[in-house]
Amino acid sequence: MKSLALHLAVIALLFALQFVLPPYHHTNIARVMVLAVFAMGYNIAFGYTGLLSLGHALFFGAGLYAAGLMANGGWTGLATLPAGLLAGGLVALAVGMLALRTAGVSFMIVTLMFAQAGYLTILYFGPVTGGDEGFVLPAAARNLAGFDLATETPRYTLGLALFAVALLANLALVRSPLGRVMVAMRENEERSRMLGYNPFTVKLTALVISGLYAGVAGAGYALMFGYVGASFAAIQYSILPMLWVLLGGAGTVLGPFIGALLMFYLIDLSSSVTTAHQMVVGVALLALVLFAPKGLLGTLRERGLKWLP
Amino acid sequence: MAAMILSARGLTRHFGGLKAVDGVDFDLAQGEIHAIIGPNGAGKTTFVSLLSGRIPVQSGSITFNGQDITRLPAHARVARGIAYTFQITAIYARLPVYDNVALAVQRQGSRALRRDTMAALARVGLDDRADQEAGTLAYGHQRLLEIAMGLALKPRLLILDEPTQGLANSEIEGFKALVRSVVPDTTVLLIEHNMDVVMDLAQRITVLNFGRLLAQGTPADIRANGAVQAAYLGG
Amino acid sequence: MAAVLALTAVGLSLVFGVMRVVNVAHGEFFMLGAVAAWFVTAFTPGPPVVGFVAALVLCPLLVGGVAALADRLVLKRLNYDPEATIVATIGLLYILQQAALSLYGPDARPVPAPFEWRIQLPWFGYSGYKLFVVAAACVILLAVWLFMTRSRAGLVMRATQIDRDTARAFGINVDRVYAGVFALGAGLAAIAAVLIVPIQQAHYLMGHDPLLLSFIVVIIGGLGSVRGTLVAALLIGLSDGVISVFYTPTLAKILATLFVALVLVFRPQGLFGAKQ
Repeated sequence: MKSLALHLAVIALLFALQFVLPPYHHTNIARVMVLAVFAMGYNIAFGYTGLLSLGHALFFGAGLYAAGLMANGGWTGLATLPAGLLAGGLVALAVGMLALRTAGVSFMIVTLMFAQAGYLTILYFGPVTGGDEGFVLPAAARNLAGFDLATETPRYTLGLALFAVALLANLALVRSPLGRVMVAMRENEERSRMLGYNPFTVKLTALVISGLYAGVAGAGYALMFGYVGASFAAIQYSILPMLWVLLGGAGTVLGPFIGALLMFYLIDLSSSVTTAHQMVVGVALLALVLFAPKGLLGTLRERGLKWLP
Repeated sequence: MAAMILSARGLTRHFGGLKAVDGVDFDLAQGEIHAIIGPNGAGKTTFVSLLSGRIPVQSGSITFNGQDITRLPAHARVARGIAYTFQITAIYARLPVYDNVALAVQRQGSRALRRDTMAALARVGLDDRADQEAGTLAYGHQRLLEIAMGLALKPRLLILDEPTQGLANSEIEGFKALVRSVVPDTTVLLIEHNMDVVMDLAQRITVLNFGRLLAQGTPADIRANGAVQAAYLGG
Repeated sequence: MAAVLALTAVGLSLVFGVMRVVNVAHGEFFMLGAVAAWFVTAFTPGPPVVGFVAALVLCPLLVGGVAALADRLVLKRLNYDPEATIVATIGLLYILQQAALSLYGPDARPVPAPFEWRIQLPWFGYSGYKLFVVAAACVILLAVWLFMTRSRAGLVMRATQIDRDTARAFGINVDRVYAGVFALGAGLAAIAAVLIVPIQQAHYLMGHDPLLLSFIVVIIGGLGSVRGTLVAALLIGLSDGVISVFYTPTLAKILATLFVALVLVFRPQGLFGAKQ
């Protein structure tokens, strides 16, 4: 109960925030919210099920390009958003069928390789995808049920809506029997098998849910910011969600959002001092792995807030 | 003789040159308590691992409840009603006691998860520790939790691998009462080193030695069997 | 350039074989070697050959030193947990790349070859320097091979590879072995880089392709098997040229990447490894 109230409060706070934020931060928070959906998806695979993937950019990119390419064909958000969701899930299903035959380090490399192949494929079909430079979505396509997503309020609202649904679904998932089994797989796969759970099926389910999150985030991102490019499918976008999740706390529902928010503003602030934002990412990764492998919320949970989901 | 719930024929598993299990025929009667004994390295754990599906069968066949399960993966056998508890305690140490058992209960498609889980915990006397992290339980309690997870699967056959290892005498009494309370609905197959427990609990005993069947019979038969005595005294 | 590829890949393979660490930053050590080579040759007076020899000696030492430091400060503290070290080496990759960008700049800069000399055969000309690179790489590979199989240090490394705890019980300083191996692996990448810069220019992003190619080589050769790595490096290096004739480079890369992923899925012991 307490945790449901907390999560609703976060959503309410974000809703209220849009009326006081200056335009620059208004856009930023909208961006962070949709990226947080991506991070939540990553967390479902990594934080809860223990699947350390280095290829989530592929699922994000699938959603992004599904929405972008359909937009070029004249479709609007009502069709492209669900299409992005499905694209992410389907690609995750295909990758999972193969990659989940491996585990641990092999799984990391295989997902990395698949994502890299996906990225190169986008470059290869440059005439359609715009290659490295990408393309801008036609203005007419950035429309959801009559609202123009190029304007501030609808954009923020879409970001918040995606975030709210994703967050509450995430909360429901981790409290459901399926969520419990996912954690069980992370903790002890062999034991879970001897309780009658097929490890492959459970992990594939988790990865597909994760892919759905990444896919809808990609499609939402394309619609909200009107741009689609290969860089969103590059390895950087596999590393970033991992970083956000590690920072906020793997295996916590709010962790991905907090991680994405902090990291976004950390890079934003540091870029006024230095252009070396890659350095920030690198140092943050090292520091987290070395000193706080449980992240912010994970550490809080250990220090007494045991009810934190 | 009562109906057989499980039959194995010519069950074999070699590891390199080691014949861990070598052509064993084995029948388990519905509702009995059956003990497997044998010297160290006799292939007991490998044998029950073949039955539970943790290790694939090399040759031979297993039927359970009239159906061939030789090629079924372990999780599918659990779904058919074969539960296995680990020799080395394998609980989810970082999860609450409640979740450990709930994982087994929900596998049965329970309608009232909370009630059924608490009932399963109460059966081994751990209901007052439901919220404790399982890894912080005393060793004896961890063993009980392991058994509670097996029982919560409501199995037709419960395989216990050295369940009393490391338990105090008082705890062993409780364990024996627990096992007696689950038959005849559940058939119990246990590997056990403690002969007092075996002789007291088991209705039939199978003796393995060097991966082969050495003897089988009632506790009285086994006590009187010269080959068994030779294996234990000689080994 | 199969020979250079083999050098880089053997470094990666060595690190994985002995330490069970997948070093994602390996390509950055390669890049660091190339960039360092530019600095050394640019600031060494005299004919190019002096600068080149200086680079060949200094760069591996420098890069090896950086690697040893990274091992001490980061990897050791993670207790060489496989997944955590991957995350950490990704962090390292970003840091090294950014450091190179900040100190060296975004330009690609050439390094003069130590000598200009072409072999002129009746039907084609061939750069003498390229032949020198191949020969040098082969000599170094042979040296590594002998070092691993014949020397005492090699024995210690192999002992550590087989069983870390037993090695420690026999009085082997495992920490020092690990630091040494990590430095050696990085050093090999740096040597490869010094050899290649007269042919390819030094650039702060140049670590990507060698990393991917090295990954491919190591995985196809069976993770951690030095001999398999060598065979795979030669095969890939040779076939790379062949494949590019039929396909565009991008398509060739896509195919190669997918191929590696599938090898890992279906033949985790590598194409040439024995089935366990």
